[in-house]
Amino acid sequence: MKSFNNVGAIFKREIAGYFGSPVAYVFIVIFLVLLGFFTFYISRFFEVGQADLRNFFEWHPWIFLFLIPAVAMRLWSEERRMGTIELILTFPITLAEAILGKFLAAWAFIGIALFLTFPMVITVTYLGSPDIGPVFCAYLGSFLSAGAFLSVGIMTSSFTRSQVISFILSVIICLFFILAGYPPVTDVMAGWAPNWMLDLISNLGFLSHSISIERGVLDFRDLLYYFSVIFFMLFVNGIVIQNRKAS
Amino acid sequence: MHKIEVKNITKYFGAKKAVDDITFTVEKGEILGFLGPNGAGKSTTMRMITGFIPPSDGTAVIGGSDIIEDSIAAREKIGYLPENAPVYPDMTVVGYLDFCSEIRGFSGGERKKKVEETIEKCFLTEVKYQTIGTLSKGFRQRVCFAQSIIHDPEYLILDEPTDGLDPNQKHEVRLMIRRMSAEKVIILSTHILEEMDAVCNRAIIIANGKIVSDSTPSDLRAKSPVHGAVSLTLRGTDPEKFLSFVQEINGVKTAKLIKKDTDAFKVRIFPENKDTPIADRIISGVSENKYELKSVFVEQGRLDEVFRTITTSDQ
Repeated sequence: MKSFNNVGAIFKREIAGYFGSPVAYVFIVIFLVLLGFFTFYISRFFEVGQADLRNFFEWHPWIFLFLIPAVAMRLWSEERRMGTIELILTFPITLAEAILGKFLAAWAFIGIALFLTFPMVITVTYLGSPDIGPVFCAYLGSFLSAGAFLSVGIMTSSFTRSQVISFILSVIICLFFILAGYPPVTDVMAGWAPNWMLDLISNLGFLSHSISIERGVLDFRDLLYYFSVIFFMLFVNGIVIQNRKAS
Repeated sequence: MHKIEVKNITKYFGAKKAVDDITFTVEKGEILGFLGPNGAGKSTTMRMITGFIPPSDGTAVIGGSDIIEDSIAAREKIGYLPENAPVYPDMTVVGYLDFCSEIRGFSGGERKKKVEETIEKCFLTEVKYQTIGTLSKGFRQRVCFAQSIIHDPEYLILDEPTDGLDPNQKHEVRLMIRRMSAEKVIILSTHILEEMDAVCNRAIIIANGKIVSDSTPSDLRAKSPVHGAVSLTLRGTDPEKFLSFVQEINGVKTAKLIKKDTDAFKVRIFPENKDTPIADRIISGVSENKYELKSVFVEQGRLDEVFRTITTSDQ
């Protein structure tokens, strides 16, 4: 109960921090505009003439790649830069509570941004009769991969007091996770790499997991994948803070 | 039970020993001033006591709770004002204090009351709803100070509490600290000697990570070479004659000319024994010989001088 309160207090502060500054609104607007642009102009949503949202969801990882590190970069870097990390770590809360509170707040924020794409769903149900189950699953998959990206971002943010460095590091790591399962890359690798290695690498990537969820297949292994990535990144975050709080 | 025990605390930064085997105990009612040149290890020691940095060796026990073994329980009892008073600039004063009291486990009406009380106590009422980022340094310092006392902790650790305040605010903060001191254990660091003198009843000086002196401010002052000396300013033009006269007085060791003007001069007279007052004898001697006395001053000793000798010697 106490632990829940502590996570809640950190969560509330972070959420208020997002919405207390114009950055949050700018982020949401950019997110929605970019998604709309890619879906309608690049993927030609109307011209394709299919009442499903595949063209919409396939852009999510690429937009997340740049926007989520931007959301996550301030989480620890800012505390380091302003010295408030000294406050937060001497409060009677555990490090895990602090990390979880921050992570959940950022995740909820992205969840709100994702929720605001609901006009897409309305559009597509107006134009045709899509399968609503897979759409729901795809949202879940998108939300989960957002969480995974975010966990990478919060981890890199604990490395440095510079938000820019945190951002760049996080984009690089996330890019690796996307490319690991990206068909053009796996095709090239298929030429020389043994099968087990190919499997290993593509299974490490975000895409292979989000694609199966987007098809409406909620496999326990995919969920496990996302949660273990998140857990691992937050764990590393904890270790980094523990060891570097001195500096 | 009601005390902070620091036991053999040591910290290495790489190969450099920042804090070297420091041990001391602070009891209830004591206000311990922590002094030392910059980089002596004051902040590092305080950060270890509050659990921010893990010590390389040794530990601190706060009211029976070990900061390493039983960290959360120990941290609950401490109020901590870190160096440079970090605050969240995007929050309002009320919002920030509300967050701090929430994390300290207060809720509902009690939390509201605590926040209101603390705002009043720290003279923050006029900026209550202002964003902290727009406040002056003095206000920020007080906001962070408010954070450290919001849960009425038994143990207060203040790293340069008056840094960046103007003289009036300094005075207020010092009064506040003194008022709270009876039922608390307070450790504060400073490099302002007069502050230690005004607030603390015990002073630990550290240099290069080691304790070099642990005494009361007045004892510290007594170590000054000028302690007990009498400074006189006299009207007259012949200081040499006066010096030879005054050296004959019983109990006087030496006398030195400090300053000479056209129609007045200043001398400092040192006693043989620092504990035997000589001022009365000097004054009666002066009046008997019809010297015109402009001012008399018995030196208490200079803390800065003592501080300098203690922190720069034997290295």
